[in-house]
Amino acid sequence: MKIRFRLNGKELELEVPPGRRLVDLLREDLGLTGTKEGCGEGECGACTVIVDGKPRLSCLTAAIQVDGKEVLTVEGLAKDGKLHPIQEALVETAGVQCGFCTPGFVMAAYALLLEKPHPSREEVRTWLSGNLCRCTGYEKIVDAVLLAAEWLNSGEG
Amino acid sequence: MRKTGPIEIVRPRDLAEAVRLVAEGGMPLAGGTDVFVRVRNGQWDPPFLVYIGELPELQGVELREGGAEVGAAVTHAELLRSPLAERLPILRLALSTIGAPAIREMGTLGGNLANASPAGDGLIPLYLLEARVRLAGPAGEREVPVEEFILGPGKTALGPGEIVRSLWLPFPEGKPLSYFRKVGRRRALVIAVASLGALLWLEGDVIVKARLALGSVAPTVLRPREVEAALVGKPLNPDALRPLAEELSQAVKPISDIRASADYRRKVAGNLLLDMAQALSATKSQG
Ligand SMILES: Cc1cc2nc3c(=O)[nH]c(=O)nc-3n(C[C@H](O)[C@H](O)[C@H](O)COP(=O)(O)OP(=O)(O)OC[C@H]3O[C@@H](n4cnc5c(N)ncnc54)[C@H](O)[C@@H]3O)c2cc1C
Ligand code: FES
Ligand code: FES
Repeated sequence: MKIRFRLNGKELELEVPPGRRLVDLLREDLGLTGTKEGCGEGECGACTVIVDGKPRLSCLTAAIQVDGKEVLTVEGLAKDGKLHPIQEALVETAGVQCGFCTPGFVMAAYALLLEKPHPSREEVRTWLSGNLCRCTGYEKIVDAVLLAAEWLNSGEG
Repeated sequence: MRKTGPIEIVRPRDLAEAVRLVAEGGMPLAGGTDVFVRVRNGQWDPPFLVYIGELPELQGVELREGGAEVGAAVTHAELLRSPLAERLPILRLALSTIGAPAIREMGTLGGNLANASPAGDGLIPLYLLEARVRLAGPAGEREVPVEEFILGPGKTALGPGEIVRSLWLPFPEGKPLSYFRKVGRRRALVIAVASLGALLWLEGDVIVKARLALGSVAPTVLRPREVEAALVGKPLNPDALRPLAEELSQAVKPISDIRASADYRRKVAGNLLLDMAQALSATKSQG
């Protein structure tokens, strides 16, 4: 079927099977390998993307479900060669080790800050509860999100 | 979505076409948080999926006289953002424990209901509010109380070609206190060991009416009506309710599985009643 959607700000029209998983469409058909697949069944959050401003798991999303929508992946965050404040903050707090989980955390955090620009530490933790990380022990990731919120709210970054 | 390649999905133009496609053997697809997991792991193998998630007839949260109508394809997150979440605290308490944010954005109330899991968190408020399920099918529309809609684990009263169109949630009379708690292994993830939801009506400190609903302790969500009746006339504090916690442990019909043994589930069910008394008497005394 023909599906049409905006991906990272660009209008796209593709011929794909309606049941093609969004994660495969992004990674294999479009070569956007920033989005990761961990578990493939909704449990790890590595495949999180933003659809119409809300977080979605691309491993449990079919192509037909993004028809006519606006999709944002981690590749769409950096502007003019500059990392997004959430990414910058992860570097600053050393919230990245192997990096496999990072794009998922970045997108989940992005969704949080859209909905709640001033989250508490507890809110950040609860919100990120669907994202797994085997390396960092989470604290530095939470630090990073709080730092990014601070930067964004003060108009820096 | 299958291991062998993408599953066929069709998108009906309207509800009537959806009903026709489901009658032909298609499986409804709303958010996909259950369907895609089970199709991929081979548990389900439908010939094709019928994407009803964006059908206009299945959207909307409408507050009316005496209750609210919620479209079957309304997501948990949409419900939590709607004024109904304020009006019905029990709905907010239960739905906010589902999955993690992305799962709440994707999963729908209709999907939670049709999935008929004894652990379905969305079902607890539906049982407590005595919701009515509005169905659309080849022979027209009909309405069924939620307790008659759910028949067993994964089993519903949906006939061939029938689709859940909406849920009618009657507003409870007066101002009951609301409680929901699930005990699970890990916060964000899937399935509870046991859960308890309650609506309690008080006069002073004394319970004058009670509704309880338990998840994961029987083949379906359970309303322990003997315990509800026995609560009437009791003061709301853990000491007074201790004997009833024992009674509740006996009333449930749990199974053992990889997540917990039947005995442990019995014990948790009883303890949840005491936790309820503790939590609600604390909120009450704060005003
Ligand atoms: C990681 C993860 C965590 C989860 N955590 C929880 C949790 O904490 N609590 C909980 O209760 N659930 C949880 N779930 C399960 C699931 O997200 C919910 O049950 C959700 O509400 C299902 O809705 P859906 O729209 O995604 O359903 P779908 O997957 O689209 O459909 C589910 C079933 O319902 C049928 N169906 C859907 N809509 C209709 C309709 N309108 N009429 C007739 N049949 C219909 C489908 O054919 C299918 O059989 C979790 C799932 C995942 C993957
Ligand atoms: S890959 Fe999608 S949640 Fe794990
Ligand atoms: S940094 Fe390795 S999984 Fe998170």
